[in-house]
Amino acid sequence: MAAKSIHTKLFGRALLSFPSRTLYRSSHTPSTMTSLSARIVIRAANRELEVPTGLFINNEFVPSADSPNDLIHLVNPATEENICSVAAGSVKDIDIAVTAARKAFNTTWGKNVTGFERSKLLNKLADLIERDQDILAEVESLNNGKPFKIARDFDIGDSIQCLRYYAGWADKITGQTIEVDNKTKLAFTRHDPIGVCGQIIPWNYPINMWAWKVAPALACGCTIVMKPSELTPLTALMLSKLIVEAGFPPGVVNTIPSLGSVGGAALSMHMDVDKVAFTGSTVTGRKVMEAAAKSNLKKVSLELGGKSPQLVFESADLEQAANWACLGILYNTGQDCTAGSRLYVQDTIYNKFVSLLVSKAKELVIGDGFDEKSGGGPLVSKTQFDKVWRYIESGQAQGAKVALGGQKRPGKGFFVDPTIFTDINANMDIVRDEIFGPVLAVGRFKTEEEAVSLANDTSYGLGAGLHSNDANQCMRVSSALEAGTVWINQYNLLNNNVPFGGKKQSGIGRELGSYALEEYTSVKAIHWNFGEKLDWPL
Amino acid sequence: MSSSFTYQFDTPTYKGTSTVSTGLFINGKFVEPIEKGTIEVLNPVNGKVITSVAAGTAADIDIAAQAAKKAYKERWGLKVPGAQRGRMLNKLADLLQANADEFSALEALDVGKSFNIARNADITGSIAVLRYYAGWADKIQGKTIETNEKKLAYTRHEPIGVVGAIIPWNFPLTMLSWKIGPALAAGNAVILKPSELTPLTALRICPLFVEAGFPDGVISVVNGYGSTAGQALSEHMTVDKIAFTGSTLTGRKIMEAASKTNLKKVTLELGGKSPSVIFDDVDLEQTVKWVSHGIFMNHGQACTAGSRIFVQAGIYDKFLKAFTEHALSLKVGDPFARDTYQGPQVSQTQFERIMGYIKSGKEEGATIHIGGERHGNQGYFIQPTIFTECKPNMKIVQEEIFGPVAAIIKFTTEEEAIEQANDTLYGLACSVFTRDIDRAIRVAHSIEAGTAWINCHNSTELSVPFGGFKQSGIGRELGEYALEHYTNVKAVHVNIGHRL
Repeated sequence: MAAKSIHTKLFGRALLSFPSRTLYRSSHTPSTMTSLSARIVIRAANRELEVPTGLFINNEFVPSADSPNDLIHLVNPATEENICSVAAGSVKDIDIAVTAARKAFNTTWGKNVTGFERSKLLNKLADLIERDQDILAEVESLNNGKPFKIARDFDIGDSIQCLRYYAGWADKITGQTIEVDNKTKLAFTRHDPIGVCGQIIPWNYPINMWAWKVAPALACGCTIVMKPSELTPLTALMLSKLIVEAGFPPGVVNTIPSLGSVGGAALSMHMDVDKVAFTGSTVTGRKVMEAAAKSNLKKVSLELGGKSPQLVFESADLEQAANWACLGILYNTGQDCTAGSRLYVQDTIYNKFVSLLVSKAKELVIGDGFDEKSGGGPLVSKTQFDKVWRYIESGQAQGAKVALGGQKRPGKGFFVDPTIFTDINANMDIVRDEIFGPVLAVGRFKTEEEAVSLANDTSYGLGAGLHSNDANQCMRVSSALEAGTVWINQYNLLNNNVPFGGKKQSGIGRELGSYALEEYTSVKAIHWNFGEKLDWPL
Repeated sequence: MSSSFTYQFDTPTYKGTSTVSTGLFINGKFVEPIEKGTIEVLNPVNGKVITSVAAGTAADIDIAAQAAKKAYKERWGLKVPGAQRGRMLNKLADLLQANADEFSALEALDVGKSFNIARNADITGSIAVLRYYAGWADKIQGKTIETNEKKLAYTRHEPIGVVGAIIPWNFPLTMLSWKIGPALAAGNAVILKPSELTPLTALRICPLFVEAGFPDGVISVVNGYGSTAGQALSEHMTVDKIAFTGSTLTGRKIMEAASKTNLKKVTLELGGKSPSVIFDDVDLEQTVKWVSHGIFMNHGQACTAGSRIFVQAGIYDKFLKAFTEHALSLKVGDPFARDTYQGPQVSQTQFERIMGYIKSGKEEGATIHIGGERHGNQGYFIQPTIFTECKPNMKIVQEEIFGPVAAIIKFTTEEEAIEQANDTLYGLACSVFTRDIDRAIRVAHSIEAGTAWINCHNSTELSVPFGGFKQSGIGRELGEYALEHYTNVKAVHVNIGHRL
């Protein structure tokens, strides 16, 4: 194959990918414009594989019902080469998927299957993902850009645990029995599955966000129409194949790659979708909620943006605090809703800490995801790359000082190196807005009170971190920080059994832990009269 | 200072005087509204003006919101231990108890409901709700979560902050207690906007907030119209949550406003078209009483009103006869008469709306079995009305009427009953009447509703959650469940030895 050698020559260890249409000529010829699969090659792993590219409805990959020529072209962000194209689902396709999900909910899933059975299927799915973890990690890295090892050991490793965690919950969905009157009435609650759930997930952790959404929904007995991000739909489609293999009945999980403005909007407006769970931007979150308000009042949970603060107090272990601070802002190249993008340091240790921080941040290698040296990959797309650069330029223009980074790299790929700004003030865009890149704004404070006030001066409330060796201070400050997650002497490490979600404009509802089960169940109260006679008239 | 009005009650059921301040209650005192607007409060018995109260607008809501935020940060929320919050709520309940007759009289005057029913149901129930949540105030608990030996994770269920509560006119004091009970127990500050039709008991309780010891700004009461004060509250950037009870139409607007402003959390208790399903094997005498209570309680002005009555063919004739006799026995009249069951509808608008539905029922071919007319010649009284020969697509079967109008529908099989019962956009409540335990469970579980009553209807318990499936709402009130909607979960991850 000629193309292969050219790519190898130009990009060395970089992965190699083909546009799907070329490949289809050499393998099975598709009968329509939409191919239901594409062959991709992952050079670094010396692997060639077939990935599904159709819409996944009723356990089958199908072309779009009314727009088979609409395709989404996927780009490798490390090389800017096309990977392949997938079907772009239409409003009509969403409707077909919802119908499939409704049918499954009413016949083969929901209250028609025991929690024990749902649990078994979820565990089986986790086993299959574990079996395929290398391939999934390679495709995740190819499509998203993140390092292969991180994709496998963190994104996928955590997703497997998440599925197993909720598998354990599936047969433990319990209501309450409520004493009202010991002689004539019994009341109890049932936590019914909500029904058909639309799930709209982002591109920063495609597999992980899939697991966070799918696992509790299926554990509770809901059915799903999943819309992965148009930038990174490949692994969601591969996971859909595993849904079939695990033995889930047709229609329980459906996957429709689509643009947000098409598929996402259609799901949010759909009259037969009982709930939408969304992870993404605050702007889009508002639209989802507005659509719910204007259609069938579907339940909505939102995990949105953040501008999370980290506070470093003088008593902290500075070495460790610098490590966690770097992890906070640089993990996933800053493309993380909890990214600790505002760092406030106590003035007594400011100079020492900042130089430590800069030296640590410098050590991170941002590079191709298949390069073993890479600790971080490129940004996901040209759009994100441009957006992050606009912020870096605005930081410079608004007078912040660049302590690290700020230089564009030559060559292909959406790479942005760790960037640290100091001398910031509260009005700068880099301090107020979510950047979603490896860009840190560092400020200073004198007192604990000032630190808390700076930290809370944001419309967001997703994450917050504090580093201190003073136990009383840790307790005081963690209580005062307005955020759904507070890390003490740590940052960005989540656990599947600990709830996650936002205060203020960072969202509504909680994912993970037992708390997520509330988001996928409807409480029905049953009042059972077994002897209360009604006197008449009252 | 703002003005007040005094009303002299000299009725068969209550004699006494009530004085109510008519201003806006903000930061612990009554004040005049910025724009000086007023709202006339009408007596639904005769349409005459009782008094005028201050009408708050966006400017007043803003002042109340700032006061609430300040109180929340400085004198309430996490600053006051739960046990203390509980004592204040209990004290408030004691004060209501001590003035229960006066509150019942105001409620009867303002809403038009029977004094005796207001006393035994509305006011007694409100006191009980406050006491119930007083007990929860020091039992707001998070979890400690096992992760690994190098991490301690726990959750705090923190108060949300400033809560806007928008309540309806059908059960003014009860809805007030459903909102402020859990909100204050969990440590939130509250801005309450009562319905513009029924502001009196919410005004009368304000001095009791002070007497119970709630710090200034913790509870504000801002009367006003939905389109001004309600809208301002829903859009306010400092309000962290809105709890609303009312129409589905308004509920949508609140959710939309939240989505366009600060993404405040929203809970909605909205409309219903709740089915009562009656099988052949029932205890007829009891079933008739409960079904009648289901639809005619509070003059049909209840969101859970059992307005679609499905009756199995085998008992249809007998049921209809007994149900008719009962409906005809309902005393419609003066709320302060001893034997009155049903007073007037709350307003001219509601009266006309209900009469419009009755007209449409006739036009669409349903049969008026009894009632269907105005009762008397003044005020907003409507005869208890029963329609038969109803078809699924008729407006009187599809839409919430919010009046004493029952639609009776005959069915044959259980399957058919369930299908018809679920043929609605709403999902607030339902009731099942049968002596067959298997069927009772099957049907109660199959109907899509947040509350299912078995062999009773409109028998709400404060410890049991209440709320809607489908387009009847979002979230749950009452019981332990309500606390989830007044708290924000914070997960704290403490590193105790994991070195990076």
